[in-house]
Amino acid sequence: MSGLRGQNVGNKSSRYLGVVCQIVRKDLATEWRSRQLLSAMLVFALLVILIFNFALELNARARIEVTAGVLWTTFVFAGTLGLNRSFAIEKEREALDGLLLAPVERGAIYFGKLLSNLVFMLIVEAATLPIYGLLYNVNVANVGVLFVILIGSVGYVAIGTLLTSMTVQARTRDLLLPVLLFPLIIPLLVAALRASSSFLEGLEMQYIWPSLNLIMAYDIIMLALGYMFFDYVIEE
Amino acid sequence: MAKTQPQETPRPLTVLNWLSVALMLGATWMVFFYAPLEAVMGQVQRVFYFHVSAGWLGMLAFFVAVVASILYLIKREMRWDTLGLAAVEIGLVYAFVNIVSGSIWARPAWNTWWTWDPRLVTATIMELVYIAYLMLRQGIEEPERRARFGAIYAILGFVTVPLTYFSIRIWRTIHPVVIGSGDPSAQGSFAMTSTILQTLMFSVLTFTVLGVTLLWHRYRVGVLQEHVDQLRTDAMNR
Repeated sequence: MSGLRGQNVGNKSSRYLGVVCQIVRKDLATEWRSRQLLSAMLVFALLVILIFNFALELNARARIEVTAGVLWTTFVFAGTLGLNRSFAIEKEREALDGLLLAPVERGAIYFGKLLSNLVFMLIVEAATLPIYGLLYNVNVANVGVLFVILIGSVGYVAIGTLLTSMTVQARTRDLLLPVLLFPLIIPLLVAALRASSSFLEGLEMQYIWPSLNLIMAYDIIMLALGYMFFDYVIEE
Repeated sequence: MAKTQPQETPRPLTVLNWLSVALMLGATWMVFFYAPLEAVMGQVQRVFYFHVSAGWLGMLAFFVAVVASILYLIKREMRWDTLGLAAVEIGLVYAFVNIVSGSIWARPAWNTWWTWDPRLVTATIMELVYIAYLMLRQGIEEPERRARFGAIYAILGFVTVPLTYFSIRIWRTIHPVVIGSGDPSAQGSFAMTSTILQTLMFSVLTFTVLGVTLLWHRYRVGVLQEHVDQLRTDAMNR
């Protein structure tokens, strides 16, 4: 009996995971055919980096100090492009209604969308980092920095995916997302900036842990709230 | 169906109106004539009483907005949304009064209008969060959806504000902590005598009563607004 129930639970969770994977696969396949979003995000990210170069007039020492700031600003701005698009493509030809009519749990749709947004973010970040390192002559291949970028991106897309599922249903959708998103990601951004620049300066771990803990706490809170509120956002 | 017409002012609200006026006059008198002149900072220290009270009222109003938002998501009654919006608007005004009065004090005390201190930044971010809340509501026409999204955003905002404070706290703060343990490195801190404490408590009480009065008025305006919208829809359907 208990074995049967265990199997049932196993089936259910593997089905849940299956739905999540299907949504990610669908988004990646759609993107792979056009490559519109990724190329736009990438070019945008490069342009931001270029503009920073002129805006800051950097010398060698200043470069290391501003690296974390330039990188995170670039990721945040490029990220809004991806987030805006994520539910906008579902809105075209009522694809979202089809997705909602499917007999799957709504939470799985949230996690699927979150994961595909995360993949796009990470691809853009992975492509931007070496180019930044090359242009600014700063070594960014630092395990700590990469880890901060990874966990920072999780929190960013967790809150971003929830907010964009709301803004896509508003009249002023593209305008609204940054206005709603930026004030809410300040704690994440501040902690990620501090952690990344501490890693680049080679500080000891005891000074970096508070920032890392804050990022991870933010991730967990936002994942929980996103999962909880997503049902309310798309309930009709 | 309602016992009284929505247009009539309820008796308790009339009482609150006059009570607010009386308390406000009393608090103003206490700030200028009852509270002592602070030895180091002089007259500008008197900003402190209404600065703290306005900050308190702002926080209280945002807290009411979050409670109303949670209740809306559970019960789905429009009156909770009306209350939430009313509280956010009052919170925005008093949080702004808090920032501006602090700035007026900071100019002589810190020799600058503004500094990137955790408390100051957090107060500003909070202001921006709830301005974004109003913009979100403006972008959605359908009342039920507007209420639902507004409630979600109000809760998200309230959760991130303390996190913002902690994240910036890693930097050293220069904002004085007058209540509770004082940080000796804070500039512009001072010891509270009993008359200062009495004046502060009276101001906080005054602003709380004022807040309740304003909230009630704003809530009634919201209810009337819904009433008018309903009448308009009925008239168009006829």
